[in-house]
Amino acid sequence: MVMISKIKVTIDGKTIEVDKGKTVLQAANAVGVRIPTLCHDPRLEPFAACRVCMVEIERGKSTALITSCNTEATDGMVIRTDSEKVLKTRKMILELILSDHPKDCMTCEKCGSCSLQNLAYEHGIRESQFFEEPDGGIVEDSNPVIQQDTSKCILCGRCVRICAEVQQDYAIDFKNRGFKTETGTPFGMPRRDTTCVLCGQCVSTCPVGSLVEKQAVGKGRGWDFRQVKTTCAYCGVGCTMYLNVKENQVVKVTSKPGSIPNDGNLCVKGRFGFDFIHHPERLKQPLIKKNGKFEEATWDEALNLVATKLGEIKAKYGPDHIGVMSSSRCTNEENYLAMKFARATIGTNNVDQCART
Amino acid sequence: MSFGSGSMTNSISEIKDCKLIFLIGGNPTDAHPIIGLEMKKALKNGCTFIVADPRRIWFAQHARLYLPVIPGSDNWLLNAMAHVIIAEGLENKEFIKTRTEGFEELKEFVKDITPERAAEFTGIPAEDIRQAARLYATSEKSAIYYTLGITEHTCGTDNVRTIANLALLTGHIGKSSTGVNPIRGQNNVQGATDMCLPNKLPGYQDPSDPAVVEKFEKTWGVTLPKTPGDTASTMFERMYKNQFKAFYVIGEDPVISEPNQDYTIKGIKNLEFLVVQDIFMSETARYADVILPATSFAEKDGTFTNTERRVQRVRKAINPVGNTRPDWQITAELSTRMGYKMDYPSPKEIFDEIASLTPMLAGINYERIEHNGIQWPCPDTKHPGTKFLHEGKFPRGLGKFFVLPYRPPAESPDKEYPLLLTTGRTLYHYNAGTMTRRSEGIIHKTNDCFVEVNQADATELGIFDGEMISVITRRGQITARAEVSEKVKKGVIWIPMHFAESAANKLTKDAYDDVTQTAEYKVCSAKLEKIGT
Repeated sequence: MVMISKIKVTIDGKTIEVDKGKTVLQAANAVGVRIPTLCHDPRLEPFAACRVCMVEIERGKSTALITSCNTEATDGMVIRTDSEKVLKTRKMILELILSDHPKDCMTCEKCGSCSLQNLAYEHGIRESQFFEEPDGGIVEDSNPVIQQDTSKCILCGRCVRICAEVQQDYAIDFKNRGFKTETGTPFGMPRRDTTCVLCGQCVSTCPVGSLVEKQAVGKGRGWDFRQVKTTCAYCGVGCTMYLNVKENQVVKVTSKPGSIPNDGNLCVKGRFGFDFIHHPERLKQPLIKKNGKFEEATWDEALNLVATKLGEIKAKYGPDHIGVMSSSRCTNEENYLAMKFARATIGTNNVDQCART
Repeated sequence: MSFGSGSMTNSISEIKDCKLIFLIGGNPTDAHPIIGLEMKKALKNGCTFIVADPRRIWFAQHARLYLPVIPGSDNWLLNAMAHVIIAEGLENKEFIKTRTEGFEELKEFVKDITPERAAEFTGIPAEDIRQAARLYATSEKSAIYYTLGITEHTCGTDNVRTIANLALLTGHIGKSSTGVNPIRGQNNVQGATDMCLPNKLPGYQDPSDPAVVEKFEKTWGVTLPKTPGDTASTMFERMYKNQFKAFYVIGEDPVISEPNQDYTIKGIKNLEFLVVQDIFMSETARYADVILPATSFAEKDGTFTNTERRVQRVRKAINPVGNTRPDWQITAELSTRMGYKMDYPSPKEIFDEIASLTPMLAGINYERIEHNGIQWPCPDTKHPGTKFLHEGKFPRGLGKFFVLPYRPPAESPDKEYPLLLTTGRTLYHYNAGTMTRRSEGIIHKTNDCFVEVNQADATELGIFDGEMISVITRRGQITARAEVSEKVKKGVIWIPMHFAESAANKLTKDAYDDVTQTAEYKVCSAKLEKIGT
C-alpha cells in the first residue's frame, strides 16, 4: 500500500484534513464546499482558462487570488471561497465572458442546464458592463449528430481537451486570435473528413450551448427530459448511460463522469446509435406466414400457433428435434428463460446463443 | 481450461495502471471504444504496448513493438515467446512451483519452437519475438488482452490456452492490472454464456452432478433432459442434413452471423417450423413461419453482464413501441401455453430465481445493483463482488500448462485463391448492422462494404483505391470498395462483417474449433478480381 500523507487546510474558517497532492478545488469539493467552475472537467487536466474558480488565499500579511483548479493545496493554507473580493472578481469575470456570448437563452438548447446561465443567475447579472460583440454562428457541417455554434463558445477548451486528452483523436483545436478565437476542425473541414470519429465527447463536456446533439435540437430542454439510467446495448464494455426521454421518445443519450465503468465517456454507437428504437421499420405486430406471405396476427393467434406447432413436432419427432437459440442482445433474465424453456418446457438441451459467432 | 473458468480475469478500471499490455487479435479503439480509452490512459501513463495483429491498428501505431502476424499463426508466436522466456530464465519459478502443473512438459515441448522457426510461419522477425517475450516477462504488471482474432479459428481454444501458458509462466495473473482478458464483443455475451449453454446449467454448473440436477429439478418441478444438447453450429449441421424440425430464434440473425451463408439458408429451409423473435425483419426472419415482435433494450427491465463480469441494470425508459412485448414476457407466455407455467410479475423475480440456483450470482439482487453493478463471483449478499480472479488459487486448483502444437487453419491460401481473408468489426457498425445501419449519425461515416488491400497486392492486381472489386472464395462472391493502404499486411485482405448486401459470411468457411464450436471467421483463402474484366 502506498501511504498518502495528509495535510491541513482551512477553508472558509473550517480546518480540514485532505490528501497531499490535491488541488484547492478538490479539497473544497471533498468537504462539500462548492466553487463554481466552467472549464473544469474531472476527466481532464486542469486548464485554468475561465478563471471562475478564483479563491482568495492568505499570503503573509496580504492575500492573493488564485485559480483553485490548478493550485495544489499546501499544509496550513488558509482559503476563502466566499469573500467580497472573490465574489466581486468572479462577477467581473462572468461579465467578461458574457460580453462575448449571445443572450438568446430563450431559444438555446442548453437553457436550464447551461453552466454560464446558472452562474449569471446566481450572481444576478442581467447585462455585461463591457462592450458586447458576440460573433460567429452555427457552423456548416453535413454531419447529422454534432452541431456547433461558435457565437456561444466561451473558449473553455473542454471540447479541444477531451478530444486530445481522452479520445486522443486531435480532430479539433483553437484557431484565430483575440475576439475571433474559436474552436473547430482544421480549416473548417466537415467533421467526416477529419480524424473526428463522431463520438460526441465534445458535446458531452461543453458547459454551454455551443456544442449540442443535432438530432435533439428543438426537441426539448433539460427540464423536459426524464433521465433513465441504463446499460448500453452495443459492445461488451457495458457503459452506464442515461436515456433522455420526452413523451415516450428517446431524444438523446448522455452519461455522467464517475459512472462505472465508463466515467461518463461514450462512443459514437452508444451516444448516437439509438435511432433504431423509434425506426419506422420496427416490427410492431405478430406476423404469420400464409401462402408464402406474412400477414398480421394477434398475439393470441401467433402464440397459440407456435405452442401448437411446437407441441405437435415434439409429440411426433421427440424434443431433440427442436432447438432454441438465444442472444446476447437479450437480458440475463431472458437468456435464462430461453434456457429454461428449452429444458423444462420442450425437454431438450438444444439451447445455445450467439457467443460463438 | 488452464485456470478453470472463462471470462476476463481483471477489471476495466485496472487497465490504466498496467505497465505492459500485450494486445493480440483485438482492436479496442474500434470494437470496444471505451476500453480503448482506458488503454489510451495507460499509454499516457507510460504503459508499454506490444501489438500483434495483421492490421496496423491504432495501438499498433503507438506500440513499442508491432508484430504483424499472419492470421492463423498465433500459436507459433505464443509458443516461441514461451521458448524465449524459459530459455532465458525469465520465468517466475516461485509461481510455477506453487501454483501450476505441467511445466516440465511445456518446457520440453517449446524447446524446439525457436523464434527463428516461428519467424517462418508468423512473418515476424525472430528478434522481435525475443523482444516481445522479454518485455512481457520482465515488466512489473503485464496484462494480455485479446478478442475474436484469437478465438475465431479452428484452433481458437488452443490459442487461448497458449496465451494462458504465458501468464502462468510469468505469474502475471491473480494480481491487479495483470491477467488474461478476453474482451467480449457484444453487450451481454458474458451474461448469455453464463445463462444459456447446451452443456452447462446456469453459472457453468455441471449437469452430470446429481446435487446440481436435483436442485434444478426441485425448483422447476420437472425432470431434466439427459440427451446431450447441440450447439448452434451442430444444430445448423443437423438442419442441413434434414435431421432437425423446429427452431425458435430469439434476437439473432444466423443467416448473417453464421459462416457460409448458403449452407445456413439451406438448413433453415429444411425446417418444418421456424419462429423468429426480433425487433426488425431480419434476413433469418424472412424464412420464419411466425414472427414475434419484441421490444428493444429501451423498453424493458433486466440485467446485462459486461465483459468484466459486472451484472448491471437495464431499465425500461419508454413503453413498448407498437404492439411489441419484451422477450421475457413472450417466452413465458409461450411456455404457459405449452403447458408449463411460467408466471413472473417482472424480471426482478426471474433474477431472484437465477440467484437462488446459481452460486456465483447468489449474492446479487436488484436492490444491491440499483446504483452500480456487481462483479461475479458474488456468493452472498455481504460479498462486495470480485474485481480480479485467481488471487491465491485457481478454480481448478493448480493452473495447468497445455502443450499445444500448431494446427494449420482449415483453409490456406493457394495458387487459385492466393490471398488470406480475415473479417472484423468497425467503430461505426455493430455485428449484422441491424441497429447501427438505421442510425443516421453512424451511416454518415461509413455505410458501404469495403475491403482493405495492401498497396503491393493492389499494384500487382492493378486495383485502385476506391474502385469497386469482386472478392471471391470457394463459397461465394461479394462486391466491395477497395481501400488500398499499408494498414493490412501484404497477402492479407480484411472485410467488415456488417453489411447484408455484401455479407462477409458469404465468403467465410464453416470450419469450427473442436472444443467451443466457434467458427473460423478469421482465416480463409480468397482472390480479388476487377469488375468487368
